[in-house]
Amino acid sequence: MEKFDTLTALVAPLDRSNVDTDAIIPKQFLKSIKRSGFGPNLFDAWRYLDHGEPGMDNRKRPLNPDFVLNQPRYQGARILLARENFGCGSSREHAPWALLDYGFRVIIAPSFADIFFNNCFKNGILPIVVPSSQMDELFRQTLAQEGYQLTVDLNAQTVTKPSGEVLSFEVDAFRKHCLLNGLDDIGLTLQHVDDIKAYEASRAKEAPWLFH
Amino acid sequence: MATTPKTLYDKLWDAHVVRRQDDGTALLYIDRHLVHEVTSPQAFEGLRLAGRKPWRVQANLAVPDHNVPTTHRDQGIQDPVSRLQVETLDDNCAEFGITEYPMNDIRQGIVHVIGPEQGATLPGMTLVCGDSHTSTHGALGALAFGIGTSEVEHVLATQCLLQKKSKNMLVQVNGKTATGVTAKDIVLAVIGQIGTAGGTGYAIEFGGEAIRDLSIEGRMSVCNMAIEAGARAGMVAVDDKTIAYVKGRPFAPQGELWDQAVAAWQHLHSDPDAHFDRVVNIDAAAIKPQVTWGTSPEMVVAVDAKVPDPDQEANPTKAEGMRKALDYMGLQANTPITDISVDKVFIGSCTNSRIEDLRAAAAVAKGHKVADNVKLAMVVPGSGLVKQQAEQEGLDKIFLDAGFEWREPGCSMCLAMNADRLEPGERCASTSNRNFEGRQGQGGRTHLVSPAMAAAAAIKGHFIDASKL
Repeated sequence: MEKFDTLTALVAPLDRSNVDTDAIIPKQFLKSIKRSGFGPNLFDAWRYLDHGEPGMDNRKRPLNPDFVLNQPRYQGARILLARENFGCGSSREHAPWALLDYGFRVIIAPSFADIFFNNCFKNGILPIVVPSSQMDELFRQTLAQEGYQLTVDLNAQTVTKPSGEVLSFEVDAFRKHCLLNGLDDIGLTLQHVDDIKAYEASRAKEAPWLFH
Repeated sequence: MATTPKTLYDKLWDAHVVRRQDDGTALLYIDRHLVHEVTSPQAFEGLRLAGRKPWRVQANLAVPDHNVPTTHRDQGIQDPVSRLQVETLDDNCAEFGITEYPMNDIRQGIVHVIGPEQGATLPGMTLVCGDSHTSTHGALGALAFGIGTSEVEHVLATQCLLQKKSKNMLVQVNGKTATGVTAKDIVLAVIGQIGTAGGTGYAIEFGGEAIRDLSIEGRMSVCNMAIEAGARAGMVAVDDKTIAYVKGRPFAPQGELWDQAVAAWQHLHSDPDAHFDRVVNIDAAAIKPQVTWGTSPEMVVAVDAKVPDPDQEANPTKAEGMRKALDYMGLQANTPITDISVDKVFIGSCTNSRIEDLRAAAAVAKGHKVADNVKLAMVVPGSGLVKQQAEQEGLDKIFLDAGFEWREPGCSMCLAMNADRLEPGERCASTSNRNFEGRQGQGGRTHLVSPAMAAAAAIKGHFIDASKL
């Protein structure tokens, strides 16, 4: 996993609630057995005017000019503003893979769905929860000022606006540690092999039917 | 010594903590891992790249379900991309020694149908799968939740997951439901009340008389949709029905181990004074058959109601969401639900494809014909064994006589990864769990209903209270 410490980047606003993982990456693209290459199909049904299928040359497909990420001013954005319950629905990790492949490293929203939130951290994406009132302000400023950038500092747990105003955010200490250092969870867990074996031994006595 | 009263979730959680970290994260032991073809290839690839083996190979059970065709199985999978994904699962299971029910095995089916059916899901277990509807298995008094592919790899490699404990929510459905009101109507009504994010951060225990009155299959339909209320896990306390359901299934313990297990399972309920962070009370008698009208499961009303009017919604963000949904769904505010006609009907999915669901739909369809305006009405059993049972009961004949198609088991048009899908603009009465934009095919319009309501819509060509047919 690529580590994350600080990022100063262009911001794109996706102003709708309950954006589900089917919208983030439609099901026909889940047939891939790889982790990469999902970026061109991020928000596929909203982003293109035709119906997308795996194997198409996405550069030749007609873009939906009304979709926010297609606007010239948001090209190269790496921070996404979203609304309530972002990432709800399916557990598909293809959703964070698609966002990452497209270029997003930070998503800022008033709330996230649990599984999606968790999946982000496994892929070097930082999901930041910001209260709705501050979210409204961020949306307003992003729309008002072309080239609007934010600086995200994970270690300091801050988002700094162009004006110098600083928003603080909460992040779980363990997840922060893993993200800052790009740590592989499995490697960390395997440091506790003895604990797992001890648990299995005692559990097999209490609940032998689970181990027969 | 008095102990602190615990919820069912607390008990399940505490019994599986391998170690606690300072920040409250726990390493949680996973008893059962179910695997399907869509969310596992990258996890197996990760294992291979790191030179790792599954920690406890017999804790895993695999089945292809999302991509499998529901017709002409003998011809294999026509779509090469789908075929590769299913073959990759077959290859990975063979390589790592994982038990798999391949596509043409009678035991093949939707992963959330076969787990309980095989007794691979047991009370008191922690169970995970790379699929959000894993919450289904909580109906048996298990802690079951969906995970992403990185976590699939983590479970394969370590038999554990790093987790933060959720908060406790009790959804208490009090009293008795009216005739014709099913588990699906109950859970849709719950989601309508608490919203699609109402359960975010919580594990939901469903309780109350109306839940206790449900069969185990009905409880599965309820727990299945806990995730549509935002909760990763839904669960119901163990009772005699749970134990009777599990008994004799292939993976269930036998003999002395069975007696020991049953004794332990009797404790799988919340203690009387256990603390819940949130309690929601719902009057079962007030629930009517439900139909969703929008693009989120919370956009739901009773069949005798009208499509809501965004102009009457005080919250501007919500009103805007309603307008977008009505636009996508091609509906006008204030249209009576019973005036909405359908193009297709889908009876199936991990929510509603079990034998009782098929019986309920068949009871409505019996002796009727699918309406002329319905282009396709299909029944997709949840597993090969459900299909077999239904055929023994003659349900296939009832459906076929009425003009329904009778298909092979799989996820099918719930998410349309195989050939079963809606065309743009088509409207479907579906017993599945998500009415998201494009879920059943790009531009497709999904209305979530119970199996009886779906069958009734097929017969009448529009929504109608199934009990009034």
